[in-house]
Amino acid sequence: MNWAEFFSMGGRGFYVWGSYGAFVLVIAIEIIMLRGRAKRARMLAKESIQ
Amino acid sequence: MNVVAAQMMIEPAVEVAAERAVWLAARRDLRLGLRSRAELVQALMFLVIVVSLFPLAVGPESALLKRIAPGVVWVAALLSVLLTLPRMFAADYADGTLEQLVMSPYPLPLIAAGKMLAHWLMSGLPLTLIAPLLGLQFGLEANELVVLVAGLMLGTPILSMIGAIGAALTLGVRGGSILMALLVLPLYVPVLIFGSGAVEQAMTSIDYSANLSLLGAGLLFGALAIPFAVASALRISLD
Amino acid sequence: MNLYKFSSPVTFYPLAGKMWPWFATLAGVFAVAGLYLGLFVAPVDYQQGEVYRILYIHVPASVIGMFIYLVMAGYGVLALTLNTRLSAMMMEALAPTGALLTVLALWTGSLWGRPTWGTYWVWDARITSTLLLVFLYVGYLALIHAIEDKRRADKAGALLVIVSSINVPIIYFSVKWWNTLHQGSSVSLAGNAIASPAMRWGLLLMTLACWMYAIAMTLVRVRAIISEREQGAAWLEGNKV
Repeated sequence: MNWAEFFSMGGRGFYVWGSYGAFVLVIAIEIIMLRGRAKRARMLAKESIQ
Repeated sequence: MNVVAAQMMIEPAVEVAAERAVWLAARRDLRLGLRSRAELVQALMFLVIVVSLFPLAVGPESALLKRIAPGVVWVAALLSVLLTLPRMFAADYADGTLEQLVMSPYPLPLIAAGKMLAHWLMSGLPLTLIAPLLGLQFGLEANELVVLVAGLMLGTPILSMIGAIGAALTLGVRGGSILMALLVLPLYVPVLIFGSGAVEQAMTSIDYSANLSLLGAGLLFGALAIPFAVASALRISLD
Repeated sequence: MNLYKFSSPVTFYPLAGKMWPWFATLAGVFAVAGLYLGLFVAPVDYQQGEVYRILYIHVPASVIGMFIYLVMAGYGVLALTLNTRLSAMMMEALAPTGALLTVLALWTGSLWGRPTWGTYWVWDARITSTLLLVFLYVGYLALIHAIEDKRRADKAGALLVIVSSINVPIIYFSVKWWNTLHQGSSVSLAGNAIASPAMRWGLLLMTLACWMYAIAMTLVRVRAIISEREQGAAWLEGNKV
């Protein structure tokens, strides 16, 4: 497995890894925001019960 | 104008024809609208000004202007109609008349249809009639102007109808106008494409009847279906 | 099993809580398998070169992004006809995921387009429809957040999604028409690229991964929405929130 070749993706590394990077970024953003929202919702629920 | 509104609140003694309900609603809106003629003229002025911006922006080269003319006129028409949309329901919503109209014995879809008709008569129609002048400014030929007007005749009622859905959904919502534009503009895209496309086809001597037929079909379908959607939207917003 | 039991937020909440880890795990497994096949096993496409590997992200994001909007429309119909709160909450939960995936589809599509056709953007039917889909998602989210009364927001959003989803195929065909008029490029997405089984399986697995991921995110989000709306409800206390 030639890693150098793999990363360069035939010279189009910018595009390919830009895409996969965006993929990871979008998922990360969504998960982080969702966790924040779920946590806030939990705290709201706890407060309102007390 | 509560006289006419009151007239629509009274239980009709005889079976009322559908057209009469539509016409009552339309007539009321027309009377109200024609009182503030300034507003109507302003909408037309907006159209003219927006269209004039483009030659100023891209330069006076006539070949270029002729090429962009259909798109420019149509987009400007879209935006003008958009600006006048709140008028359909806002005043009635503010003074409580709308709630009473919803409860009136006349079918709400028919009242909605009447309102949409009035709106078109006061915004889309005048716009369509001025469009040839604007087209001339951009160097469009007579046959192309005919196609432009035909498309606008068929398309602007659709714009009023689709816009009515947006206006009804965003009643009383803060920031409603921009939100309504955001909701309605994507739905306007097919009308824009077919209307503008027809003129371009006329310009390149291709048969444009398909585009106009599609607009016509859209108008028919919309006229049948959209009043129900608008009535539904009004009930959602007022409950 | 009486499925109607789960149409109430009260009963759906713990069910969603139990289900989402499974979907997340499935998403992970499918993604690993799909990426392995797509990045390491599948051969290079002789026409497009390595760039085609972007499709393993672009196609799933695009497909699921559109699919989610259709599912939302389905829930919208349920929300308006059966008047169930949970249907509207599911719509609200699906929208952000669908929007993000559609934006990702546009982004990756643009990055794929540049080396392939030389330009970052092309106004063909598919791309333009995808762009409009982003506008539809954003419009829906803007509408439901602008209306303060939750029930009105639910129903208004449902009506909007139903009307807009009728419009999506119309937009697609009108832009396609517009394209043939302008003799624009009709972009074939992959052309001959889907030749080898590894490629096909890679795409399929990544699409499944995306789907499972979307379900997992939606379930977590709908739980948050239920919590937000049912504040003060005693049943929340009994549940592991």
